[in-house]
Amino acid sequence: MSPSHPVHEGAGASLPGWGLAAALALLALALSAYAVAARRARRAPRGWSGLRTASFALGVALLAAALVPSLAHTAHHDPRVHMLQHLLIGMYAPLALVMAAPLTLALRTLPTARRRPVARVLRSRPLHVLGHPATALLLDTGGLYLVHLTPVHAAAQTHPAVHALVHLHYLAAGYLFAWSVAGPDPAPRRPGTATRLTALILAVAAHSFLAKLLYAHPHTWPPGAEHTALAGEAAQLMYYGGDLAELLLAVALFAAWYRRRSRTPRPPAAASPPNRRPHASGDPQERSAPR
Amino acid sequence: MGTGRGSEGHGPRLGRSLAATALIGTGLMAAVDEIVFHQILAWHHFYDRSTPMVALMSDGLLHAGELVALVAGFFLLADLCRRRALHRRAAWAGLLLGLGGFQLFDGVIDHKVLRLHQIRYGVDLLPYDLAWNGAAVLLLTAGALTAWWARRAPGTGRPTAPR
Repeated sequence: MSPSHPVHEGAGASLPGWGLAAALALLALALSAYAVAARRARRAPRGWSGLRTASFALGVALLAAALVPSLAHTAHHDPRVHMLQHLLIGMYAPLALVMAAPLTLALRTLPTARRRPVARVLRSRPLHVLGHPATALLLDTGGLYLVHLTPVHAAAQTHPAVHALVHLHYLAAGYLFAWSVAGPDPAPRRPGTATRLTALILAVAAHSFLAKLLYAHPHTWPPGAEHTALAGEAAQLMYYGGDLAELLLAVALFAAWYRRRSRTPRPPAAASPPNRRPHASGDPQERSAPR
Repeated sequence: MGTGRGSEGHGPRLGRSLAATALIGTGLMAAVDEIVFHQILAWHHFYDRSTPMVALMSDGLLHAGELVALVAGFFLLADLCRRRALHRRAAWAGLLLGLGGFQLFDGVIDHKVLRLHQIRYGVDLLPYDLAWNGAAVLLLTAGALTAWWARRAPGTGRPTAPR
């Protein structure tokens, strides 16, 4: 990217060969585990939607595509490809994976003894805090700002480990956000639609603001990055590419709302069944969660 | 962004029908603006380099609202149709009000107050601004008249009461 660096050195910040092999192996492992579990769940009375399986496969494929050496290499010289890589890792792949409901699948197919620890984690307080849309928003969007407005970007350009960590963070935070806002997987104590909608709107706003900021001040941000003529196009890709991903997330959120409304024929507000613990289950979606 | 402030009464939901399509209208006009004027005609710019930071921030928030409004409106509309609670005239009124409302907002706040961008560059802006905001006022008037008509004749668009 930098003119002072020869071309081959630029590739230094992409994953080393063994790292790439390990990542791809991990993806293949995840996909086969999901496929095996989905096969088992399909035979059960409740079945398992082929669309969910396809969504998981799509998520894995998008991640694999983002990691392909030729793309990763080009990404190092072309900010547009770099942005595309980030969109795939941080937004599209996580959304596809979340929509595949891997946790629900695991809970349905695991033996009862193994299901318990999963359920315990789901009920734990740290997970409730982590899975709150506000936390997820902070981690996801905060990470995005941190990478683009601080020297983290320059560090990622030179250190492969930092680069890999940034990608890992994009994936994890993107998954967390998509799950907390619209995930079909069980999410105890998930706040209501209004809160999740607010988080989504703030995420879209922060994303488009950052994209226009990068477009407007390519010499200032990201600090330490070499300014190229393509930076503006990369920022536009961030804007429109992010929009499309967030539009899909909004559709997922409202589709879940729509489905819930059909299941609950407008319950009278007064009579709610007494819960064992107050606030034990805030979300009607939980009812569909496997026990 | 407007929220679904529908009257929670029974029968066809006049307020809710209006709110749902107003959301769609807002998002639709924003999308038309983006696609036709930014992308196809390339009259507007993605970003006019003289925009102050605060304007950029509020632009981001607005943009987010429009995006979500479009999706929210469609699902609210689908829900009303499913419950046979759609008030057709109110829905048309809402659409027109949404379209006109966004157009006027864009023409006055975005272009003139925030100065995010202008309609077109290198031309005399006055006729463009007049046409833009004139169209907005026309749409709003048509929407208001339709809303009045919907209110006056509430019998239409009421196939059955919702369950």
